[in-house]
Amino acid sequence: MTRHLARLTAAAAGAILMSAGAAIAQPKEIVIGVQCDRTGATQTVGVFFCPGVHDYTNLINSKGGVEGRKIRAMEIDHEYKVPQGMEAYERHKKEGAVSILLYGTPHTQALAAKLAEDKIPGTSPGFGSAASADGKRYPYLFPIAATYWSQAAAAVKFVKDKLGGNLKGKKIAYLFYDNPAGKEPLPILEDLAKLEGFELKTFAVPAPGVEMGAQVLDITQRYRADFVIAHLFGRSPSVSIKEFKRVGYPLSKVVSFVWGSAEADLQAAGGGAVAEGYNTMQFAGVGSDYPVHKQIRDMYQKEGKPAPKEMASTVYYNRGIFHMAVHIEAVRNALKAKGATANITGEDVKGGFEKVKGVTLDGLMPPLEITPTDHEGGGWVQIFTVKGGKLTKSSEWFRAYPEVIKKHIEADAKKS
Amino acid sequence: MFHRESGYFKTTYAADGGLYPLPIAKWTVGVLLAGFILLPTISTALSGAVSAEYYVSIVNLILIAVVGALGLNILVGYTGQISIGHAGFMSVGAYTAANLAVKLDLPFWITLPAGGLMAAFIGVIVGIPSLRIKGLYLAIATLAAQLIIEWVINHTPAISGGSQASIEVPRPTVLGHPLKTQRELYYFLLFFAVLSIVATLNLVRSRIGRAFVAIRDQDIAAEIIGINIFRYKLTAFAISSFYAGVTGVLYTYYLGIANYENFLITTSIDYLAMIIIGGLGSVLGSILGAIFVTLLPIVIRLFMESFGTLLFSASDLNNIIPATRLGLFGLLIIVFLVVEPEGLNRLWRNVRNYFRVWPFSY
Repeated sequence: MTRHLARLTAAAAGAILMSAGAAIAQPKEIVIGVQCDRTGATQTVGVFFCPGVHDYTNLINSKGGVEGRKIRAMEIDHEYKVPQGMEAYERHKKEGAVSILLYGTPHTQALAAKLAEDKIPGTSPGFGSAASADGKRYPYLFPIAATYWSQAAAAVKFVKDKLGGNLKGKKIAYLFYDNPAGKEPLPILEDLAKLEGFELKTFAVPAPGVEMGAQVLDITQRYRADFVIAHLFGRSPSVSIKEFKRVGYPLSKVVSFVWGSAEADLQAAGGGAVAEGYNTMQFAGVGSDYPVHKQIRDMYQKEGKPAPKEMASTVYYNRGIFHMAVHIEAVRNALKAKGATANITGEDVKGGFEKVKGVTLDGLMPPLEITPTDHEGGGWVQIFTVKGGKLTKSSEWFRAYPEVIKKHIEADAKKS
Repeated sequence: MFHRESGYFKTTYAADGGLYPLPIAKWTVGVLLAGFILLPTISTALSGAVSAEYYVSIVNLILIAVVGALGLNILVGYTGQISIGHAGFMSVGAYTAANLAVKLDLPFWITLPAGGLMAAFIGVIVGIPSLRIKGLYLAIATLAAQLIIEWVINHTPAISGGSQASIEVPRPTVLGHPLKTQRELYYFLLFFAVLSIVATLNLVRSRIGRAFVAIRDQDIAAEIIGINIFRYKLTAFAISSFYAGVTGVLYTYYLGIANYENFLITTSIDYLAMIIIGGLGSVLGSILGAIFVTLLPIVIRLFMESFGTLLFSASDLNNIIPATRLGLFGLLIIVFLVVEPEGLNRLWRNVRNYFRVWPFSY
């Protein structure tokens, strides 16, 4: 009996050793940490966003990986809670993650110092603070997509074009969710109001943002705004669409920031037909007709599976693809610099991020160019307008007033 | 089982009311403390520095939660006054400390008590309605406090430090050495967790603690036997919010940032869940509850990651893990409360009592 046991143990030990040996022989797979929220306060985003991340990773792996190396996207759901986010980060670090897709504004801020200490780059598209575009001050934080400051500038540019190229004496209403993220664009809007000579009035919507009848009446009946810039989250964008519709204000005179711009918001407002004319700002392309979607569908077909249903919610799904694609490009740059079989670290991938340029996925991604000083990559957005019940592209990638934003980033850096 | 309980005679009241009724208690505490002090070293030796950072980071979250759960248990479990606004008090502590640390450049041994005292002050104000109202009504009053505190912080740049409502704080420094890694922060947090455990143990066996219990059990009777209800109810609110404030400060130093989004109503509910699962009116219960609520999601995820692939595909699993986590969390809370309404503390006592005279139970 004892001998039997001993032999079993030896066999087991042998098996473990062999598998360890096999692991050493192959170049190690590259771990990218994915923070996610499928169950917390922003789950309506996460359930579509995260599958986009994974599908793109699987697509890259099915095509042989990056420079021959497989990518493992390790997802941890943190329920939009900061302590869980901290735990998730430590877990990713333990698993040897070379970069991390952050999710959530407070998480980004809480981890900013930690990332720099541990030398692991993290990306925060649509989260964190606009000042983190400054690569000198936040070396390991990459917003990689238009920050709220860039979105504000782009919104004003869009309004200017819509109102005939001149904003002198026009009335613009800023309808925002009354939280830090909602208030962040205010300094930019105030500056631009002076610069362009328009009148700006702000209308705060208190949490949870499902009641804004008074604000909308105020905007449309008393203030009689020429255009509305909306920056709302969660359920509130759909409520705003309904309210504007109810008082008869044309939705074509409303432009929403990126978090009020998804198909789900239109559906919650009563479907695309209700929201006809509504302008949405996007930092990744919308729709599922890009070549990358076809490749993903083909990949599923090869496995004998239908395309994932999450793909139908293209706004968030595509942001997931976009987010992961930037990481994969950064890893590719790092591998190119160090050799395909080298062990790359977070520091290498940080260098890789700072060389990301010219990845467009056939228009799904903006003409991003990340540099050691500009971690935002330009601050590009696109406007999609609801036409015939569907989000339709109504502008090319553009950005606006970079000098104003630059001024604010520099001022913010001086403050601390 | 290992020790005998008879034969230890107490000849003074002081000895009878002592923290350690039996010599074995001292030994247990000694061994536990030694274990906790050596924990980072042991985990580093066993799993390497990188993994140890992760395991210690979980313990760190538990340590912070222990302080908050103890504070809430003093108020809810011992004094019988409910509060749904505890996360609000935490944010008061967090922002007080953050502002002092950034604007006046004060070290943590000043900002930490200052954060606690500020929270205690606000807590007393919030506690005033408790003199007239009870139960659900008091719950709503404290809920209002939570929302008011949130709003005030958000709309006062002098407190919130600008439109982002988050203040980055420098790492705490001990003897000129900044505490950066999880293992360094562990000792920082362990110190305060132990301090608050000892303080609570002593508080609840003192005159004040007994007054709290008397108020909880029957406040009119307590008043008749000469307990100043006004004073003790407010004291309970003050002490409890002091703990909450300290928890907020610990979070701030641990995360390196004061941000009101850490302290929303859901956090209050999490802490209430901790003490209800752990056991109301018990120090050990608070600790067990904090451990349970912090660990459960992590353990469920580790379990699902290891065994979930047997049943589901990898892409489904990403969806299933968070969902089962929430579902199991709710289910386990119900199961625990049905099996043992008095919480984990009671379960532990049952186990202990069974083994006390084992194997000669009759």
